[in-house]
Amino acid sequence: MTHKTLKQLDKEAVKKLQEIENQEEPLKPRDRLGIPPQPMPEQSPEERVHNINEVGYGYTEAQARLEAMRCLQCKNKPCVDGCPVRIDIPAFVQAVADGDFAEAARIIKRNSLLPAVCGRVCPQETQCQQPCTVGKSLKDTEKSVSIGRLERFVADWERENKGVTVPEIAEPTGKKVAVVGSGPASLVVAADARRKGHDVTILEAFHKFGGVMMYGIPEFRLAKSIVQSEIDTLRKMGVKLVPNFVVGRTRKLHDLIEKDGYDAIFLGAGAGLPRMTDIEGENLVGVFSANEYLTRANLMRAYDKERAETPIYNSRKVAVLGGGNVAMDAARTAKRLGAEEVHIVYRRSEEEMPARVEEVAHAKEEGIQLHTLRNIKRVLGTEDGRVQSAVIAKYELGEPDDSGRRRPVEIEGSEYTMDVDTVIIAVGNLTNPLIKQTTPAIETDEKGHMLTDENGRTSMPRVYAGGDIVLGAATVILAMGEGRKAAVSINEFLESEDS
Amino acid sequence: MQKIIHTEKLAENVYLMRVHAPLIAEERKPGQFVVVMADTEFGERIPLTIADADVEEGSITLVFQAVGKSTQDLARMKPGDKIPAVVGPLGHPTEIEKVGKVVCVAGGIGVAPLLPIAKAYREAGNEVVSIMGARSKDLVILEERMRNVSDELTVCTDDGSYGRKGVVTEPLKELCEQTPAPDLVVAVGPAVMMRFCAETTKEYGIKTMVSLNTIMVDGTGMCGGCRVTVGGETKFVCVDGPEFDGHDVDFDELMNRLDTYRDQENDHNCKLEEAK
Repeated sequence: MTHKTLKQLDKEAVKKLQEIENQEEPLKPRDRLGIPPQPMPEQSPEERVHNINEVGYGYTEAQARLEAMRCLQCKNKPCVDGCPVRIDIPAFVQAVADGDFAEAARIIKRNSLLPAVCGRVCPQETQCQQPCTVGKSLKDTEKSVSIGRLERFVADWERENKGVTVPEIAEPTGKKVAVVGSGPASLVVAADARRKGHDVTILEAFHKFGGVMMYGIPEFRLAKSIVQSEIDTLRKMGVKLVPNFVVGRTRKLHDLIEKDGYDAIFLGAGAGLPRMTDIEGENLVGVFSANEYLTRANLMRAYDKERAETPIYNSRKVAVLGGGNVAMDAARTAKRLGAEEVHIVYRRSEEEMPARVEEVAHAKEEGIQLHTLRNIKRVLGTEDGRVQSAVIAKYELGEPDDSGRRRPVEIEGSEYTMDVDTVIIAVGNLTNPLIKQTTPAIETDEKGHMLTDENGRTSMPRVYAGGDIVLGAATVILAMGEGRKAAVSINEFLESEDS
Repeated sequence: MQKIIHTEKLAENVYLMRVHAPLIAEERKPGQFVVVMADTEFGERIPLTIADADVEEGSITLVFQAVGKSTQDLARMKPGDKIPAVVGPLGHPTEIEKVGKVVCVAGGIGVAPLLPIAKAYREAGNEVVSIMGARSKDLVILEERMRNVSDELTVCTDDGSYGRKGVVTEPLKELCEQTPAPDLVVAVGPAVMMRFCAETTKEYGIKTMVSLNTIMVDGTGMCGGCRVTVGGETKFVCVDGPEFDGHDVDFDELMNRLDTYRDQENDHNCKLEEAK
């Protein structure tokens, strides 16, 4: 497929939009299904592998309106059922089609705090866009209405044209809330609790706020300025933000209640412990957890080799183990940092990859080589302990396993060697043990996830939890949904007499 | 932002700093460390051990060697200046028990983290015998403070310019051969020195704890850059350590991993030299 520039795509959209507006008859469903799905204007693959800027530029106004006109406005709204925070999708899409972007933003903000982020990183193809009637009619989920891109368009339009509005804050209640961590779940809790007039303080272990949106998701997928603008909104709302504060170490959890007088605490510290694989050679020099690789590149800005003091490994040939978004992020980061060859090794088939379809497509366009039904068995090193090659085995799909996906089974005698100097492990994260280590009283499951009831309450009074610390590594939107639930419960508790 | 209260040059490229950090001063225990940043935009996260703390003043004492750009930036800061980020205390505290005779061995600036550990062992009722090693007389630091927390102290220099000529493992071996033999050895310093201490005590079967200072980014378990094999298992120095049984540590692997960024470091040092 040849790459079309933003200008070309916009020109085509403007033309089509005019045709539609010149029609006397209102659009019939058949006409709507006939409108071509609008592609995302993007940097060309050749260009973008040499920079870290966002891949997608976002829809132009004409593209957004045209894409929105593809929506059939179904009465049963299957898309809303697919959305973890139940945004009124047909309503906001209609507002976009009408060109009333401010109204669209208002509708989205009723349910979502971070539309600019979610529009970019939500797995729409398995959520709102999966049951979309347009996609079903055209027998291709990829042809569903691009709800995510429209959400991004609306959020970006609002930020650039109106400035983000600060929600109204209720009268001070005198109640203090501590929010531990500053990822998506925490930001939602902070905003929701602050709106009710509580005195909210975010305690973040890192020197920058935003959690995984800052250290994990790369700039080329989510510009840091967008996260920053969300943080700035919280600050304007009067939320206090404390960096370099490790709950459990700088202050014990119970001391936050007993000594510092917090009335409620939300734990949203994430799934910050990389899962390693225990394969032979995993501690050789040149084997990294995706967490380390991405944190160096993103948060510590090692991509800026001239200015950053944090080094990043000089890689020529890289193998990334895993098939999720993090694996794609690590592979594409390595490419941008100058690796000549980047391979993704995944033990199931491409169909089962948990990564967003768009990320896999982008990775391929950028020349990342996918090796599916493969697994790294061992990493071999040089005499001075540096990675020299990876021993890879071939797999085939067997019977379905607990996850419902067909279990990959190793093909005996299929091992071969791939010459690489770097191996990045991206097979998931475990819960960070720090809070549990320093707060033995709090109950967790055998994997270390915080145990909560349906209202986000932990086993400790006044302590709530949500996001990856409860779910295990999941998505931004699921974390936000969890945060919202916990915030409701925190606000109810603080209004009750028990607090 | 943490205000610097006091700075002192202890030796060539070795600095002591007292920093206002009341919460860390209150919580910290011997064996723990902090992560410091001299610049939160492009700076590095530097793990530094805590040499001392004063709860009343609300301060912690850090000792560091200015070896790269980040630590050199830190060394240039003066009392009244603010350090943009000081995070901690991190890592497990040393498990202090009364065991009898404890030998504390420090190499180079390892004396700084060892000080509070030696002090705590002495306060717990142990006999503390200390050995300090440095390349030469000018690099011997904190000798008086170490003497104050030890029942006995031997200072060694590689070149014999001060104290006993030789390396720390020589007096350590002599102590292991004495009766009563030490019940515990604690060694803190460069990896190679800790490795030789562990090798020395192994044949006598004396438990030897070492405090590892590996590459890390966050210091809270998130990156896993600090992985080390201990007794055949992968451990994270930041959340499982920093102290481990020296007889179980895979020092070959540890030293290779410390060298991960040798190319970039050489390049960086060349640029630093040019800048001078």
